[in-house]
Amino acid sequence: MIDAASVVRLAPKARLRFDRHRQQHMLLYPERGLVLSATAADVVALLAEARTVGAIVDRVVEKYGEASRTAITRDVLELLRDLADRGLLAEVTA
Amino acid sequence: MTAERPYTLVAELTYRCPLQCVYCSNPLELERHREELDTGAWLRVVDEAEALGIVQMNLTGGEPLLRDDLVTIVAAARRREIYTNLITSGVPLTRERLADLKAAGLDAVQISLQDTTRAGSEAIAGVDRFDAKMASAEWTTSLGLPLTINVVLHRDNLDRVGEYIALAERLRAHRVELANTQYLGWALANRAKLLPTRSQLERARIVADEARLRLRGAMEVLFVLPDYYADRPRACMDGWGRRFIVVAPDGLFLPCHAAHTLPGFEFPRASETSLEDAWHEAEAFQRFRGEAWMPEPCKSCDKRHTDFGGCRCQAFHLTGDAQNTDPACGLAPQHHVVELARREADVVPTSAYRYRSLRVVR
Repeated sequence: MIDAASVVRLAPKARLRFDRHRQQHMLLYPERGLVLSATAADVVALLAEARTVGAIVDRVVEKYGEASRTAITRDVLELLRDLADRGLLAEVTA
Repeated sequence: MTAERPYTLVAELTYRCPLQCVYCSNPLELERHREELDTGAWLRVVDEAEALGIVQMNLTGGEPLLRDDLVTIVAAARRREIYTNLITSGVPLTRERLADLKAAGLDAVQISLQDTTRAGSEAIAGVDRFDAKMASAEWTTSLGLPLTINVVLHRDNLDRVGEYIALAERLRAHRVELANTQYLGWALANRAKLLPTRSQLERARIVADEARLRLRGAMEVLFVLPDYYADRPRACMDGWGRRFIVVAPDGLFLPCHAAHTLPGFEFPRASETSLEDAWHEAEAFQRFRGEAWMPEPCKSCDKRHTDFGGCRCQAFHLTGDAQNTDPACGLAPQHHVVELARREADVVPTSAYRYRSLRVVR
């Protein structure tokens, strides 16, 4: 299970891109695609290199403010676990 | 009916193929479709696809590796940020060519396996290319490309689903598609030989379900039921003219890869119209889009938003009218034709396979 100490990175098969038609971010992988919220796209962009989940939360908190740290931690973990279940995270270590 | 946004372009680059699989979904009348779009036409299609909202492109066929301009087409799609999936038999390929495709921006590779053994592969494909496929799979993962293994399931291999999953794991695939045969094209001609029994299917489904749980997060295990046993039809192409556009080798724009087997249609052509006009304006894309065309029992069915009335080609090939409810549906007035095929599957077939070939005597 992914927690704050886990080191994560986006799987090479997944590609983050901006969709000019709907002005939204999409995460594409073989024959599938996910539409991402702006915050989720921030998190996925940070996954371009291996980081701890804690470091990802810190970066997102920098942008949205310390007051939302609890909510951000919960949302980031939820997103990362969902990506892991889809096989979209690489080098996951406990 | 206003068109939704298409996400996936299925680019059938050629119908040529070194294999002759008995369940090939290409049309039986291959001779009538020998003409192929040139490179310039495909590059135009790529540009028009991006303008229309396409984000995924499946490069398929036939065997797409037989096109000398594959690298050029992949590079064009990548420039438009389209995610490219090469759907291939794995032959003919070299490691150098695959590296060139990756350098051009190819995102993912799907290799079909006809069997887990040489003899079994030859029985289905007419030729033995098993070792070449294994090599292509190894190059794919060693070059860092995500590998999907695709297996078409039928009565002669369904009992060995576990072996296919084990082989896909050994090949370090990220996904294995265990897709039961869909009975169109060559598969319909060979249905008596290919259709499994219900008990075979149930056993295979249990094996696939166990593997899916065990491999979660490491390898995706997709098991596609044959609609002959599903009681409700599959959501063919996610609905007619809704998410997919198929471009046939000769430049026909189609709502699905088998649509040109339907009579009474005039499908738009790359040489005459843009992809955008075809999608939004062409009568052929409008005909079964949405729900207005539906007969009963579809019209008042609460599943009509999820299965879209099933497969139009199957309706035509099994009942003679593409507008009928897909007979795979247990509620369809013509469901008895599927029930009959299922009863016949309980008897061991004695006929021989009919291999895909260019010359067809009907």
